[in-house]
Amino acid sequence: MPTSKASILYLENVNVSFDGFRALNNLSLTVKPGEMRAIIGPNGAGKTTMMDVITGKTRPDNGRVLFDETVNLTRMDEAEIASLGIGRKFQKPTVFENQTVWDNLLLALKAGRRAWDTLFYRMSAKDKQEIEDILEIIRLGQVRDEISANLSHGQKQWLEIGMLLAQDPKLLLVDEPVAGMTDAETEETARLLRDIAQRHSVVVVEHDMAFVRDLDVQVTVLHEGSAIAEGTLDYVSADERVIEVYLGR
Amino acid sequence: MMTMKFIQGGFDRRAVVFLGLLFLIAAVVSFLNLAMEPGSTFHVSSYTVALIGKYLCYALLALSVDLVWGFCGVLSLGHAAFFALGGYAMGMYLMRQIGTRGVYGDPVLPDFMVFLNWKELPWFWYGFDQFWFAALMVLAVPGVLAFVFGWFAFRSRVTGVYLSIITQALTFALMLAFFRNDMGFGGNNGLTDFKDILGFDVQADSTRVGLLIASAVALAIGFIICKALVNSKFGKVLIAVRDAESRTRFLGYRPENYKLLVWTLSAMMAGVAGALYVPQVGIINPSEFTPANSIEAVIWVAVGGRGTLVGATIGAVLVNFGKTLFTGILPEFWLFALGGLFIAVTLFLPKGIMGAIDGYMAKRKAAKDSGPEAQPQEGD
Repeated sequence: MPTSKASILYLENVNVSFDGFRALNNLSLTVKPGEMRAIIGPNGAGKTTMMDVITGKTRPDNGRVLFDETVNLTRMDEAEIASLGIGRKFQKPTVFENQTVWDNLLLALKAGRRAWDTLFYRMSAKDKQEIEDILEIIRLGQVRDEISANLSHGQKQWLEIGMLLAQDPKLLLVDEPVAGMTDAETEETARLLRDIAQRHSVVVVEHDMAFVRDLDVQVTVLHEGSAIAEGTLDYVSADERVIEVYLGR
Repeated sequence: MMTMKFIQGGFDRRAVVFLGLLFLIAAVVSFLNLAMEPGSTFHVSSYTVALIGKYLCYALLALSVDLVWGFCGVLSLGHAAFFALGGYAMGMYLMRQIGTRGVYGDPVLPDFMVFLNWKELPWFWYGFDQFWFAALMVLAVPGVLAFVFGWFAFRSRVTGVYLSIITQALTFALMLAFFRNDMGFGGNNGLTDFKDILGFDVQADSTRVGLLIASAVALAIGFIICKALVNSKFGKVLIAVRDAESRTRFLGYRPENYKLLVWTLSAMMAGVAGALYVPQVGIINPSEFTPANSIEAVIWVAVGGRGTLVGATIGAVLVNFGKTLFTGILPEFWLFALGGLFIAVTLFLPKGIMGAIDGYMAKRKAAKDSGPEAQPQEGD
C-alpha cells in the first residue's frame, strides 16, 4: 500500500468525471522529492486533467491529492497552490503576449503576489541578476525587450520554462514542452529539463518518445484515467497492456 | 516615502506633456474669461468656461473607464451610475445650501420635499449640509457600491459580456429607482436651482472659473494616479490579467483582488467627475443613469485609444466637442453621427487616435533605427 511518506506529490484513488465521462479513474501516483517523472499516454488518457487537479483548476470527485506529504491540494484554489510552490507550464505556450520577455519573467519572479506588494515593488539588484541569469539559461537574452507575441513557437516554450524557473517552485508540472519544436530544439529542451531536475521535482507530460528517452527517467503510463504501468521506458515498453493501448497503435 | 516613489513612477514624458497642456488650457481660458472685457475679441464667454469644465469632467470619466477597460479588460457599461451617484452626492449638498431661498422658503427641506408634503428630512440627507461630508460621500458611495458589486462579480469569476451586461443592469436599476418620487432624490426632476457652493454664487464668472480649475486639478490627479498604477509592477499584473487571466492564477496572483482594487478606484474617480459636473451644468436628474450615457463613455475611450489614458481624455473632449457642434446645427442627426464615428473608428483606427499615433511613431523609430545600417549596403 503506497503512503504519502517521503513524497512531494501523492495522488490516491483520484476520480474526476465530466458529464459521466471518467477523465480520471482511481488514479494513484507518487512522486518523490527531487524526482523527475515522465507521464505518457494516448490522447484522452487524462494527463491534462491530472495537471488540472494538482494545480486546483479542477476539483476531483473524490480521492486524495497531497503535496509535501501533508498539504491537501483538493481544497485550495490556483493562486494558493501556486504560492505553495507548484509551477505549471501549459501544453500550448501561454505567455503574456503583449508584454516583453523581461516583463514576463518579472511577473513570474518569486516575490509578493498581493496587490500591495506589486504596487510598491522596486526592482532590486538581486532580482535583476536573477532575471539576467534566467535569460541566459533559456537563451533569450537577445530578445529581452521584444514583445513576446513576436517570439517563435520554440522561444515561447522556452520563455514559459524560464517563467517556471523564475517562480522557483518546489514542483514543476510541464505539459508537452517539446510540442511543435524542431529536433535540435527538442534536444536542447531535454538538456534544460534535466538541468532543472537537479534542483527541483519535475513531472513532465509528453507524447514524444525520443524526448522521453532523452530524459532517461521513471515513466508512468496513463490510460483511460488510470496508471497502468510504471518503470523505466524500456520496462514499460515491454508491458503488454502498454503495447496494446499505446505503442502498438 | 513609498507613496512618493510610487507617484513619481507616473511622471513619464507623455504625462508631463499632458499635464502641461491641461494646465495651459485651464489657465488661458480662465485668464481670457476674467481679465478680458466681455466686448473684446479675446474674451472667452462664461458659457465656454462651463462647457470646457464639463468636457474635463467627461475626460475624467473616460479616464476611469479606460483604467478598467483598457488595462484590466473589464468592459463597464455602467460607469454612468458611479458618475451620477457622485453627482447626486454633490447635488444634495447644493440643495441644502439653498436654505430659505427656495420657492417654499423652508430652511431645511428642499422644495421637492415640501411639495411632496414631507415633514422631516429623510435620514440619508443628514450631513449633506456640510461640504466635507458631501465630498466624502462623493468618494464613498460609488466606492462602496463598486466594491460590493465587484466583490461578488469578480469572486464568482464573471467576466466578458456577462459582466458588461450586469453593469448595464446596475445602472438601469438605479435609474428606475431614482425616477421614483418616494426615493427622496427629487424623482423625475432631480436636483436643481442651486444657489451657491462653499458660499460662492454658482452663477458667478469667478465661481465658474474656479470649478473649471477644480476639474482640471481633479483630472490631473486622476491621471497621475492612473499613470503611476499602470507604470508600476501592479500595472503589469493588470495587463497580464486582461490578456490571460487564468495564467496569472497559476503564477500565484489573485486576479479578483487586482480587479476589485482598480474597479473601486475607477468608480470613485467617476464619482468625482460627476460631483464636479453637477455644479457646472446646474442640474442632476435620473437621466444621467441611462445606459446610453455609459455606452457613450466607452465610445469616447474607443475613439481616443483604449489603454492609453491620454487617448481616453482626448476622445472624451473631441467627441463631446463634436456633440456640442452637431446638436447646435443638426440635433436630430447626432446619434447617427456618433454611431457612424464608432463604426469608422473600429474600421479605420482600431486602436483609436492615440493608438494610431503610437503605431506611426513606432514605425518611424524602426525606420530610423534600421536606416544607418541599410545605407552602407546601398553604397557597396
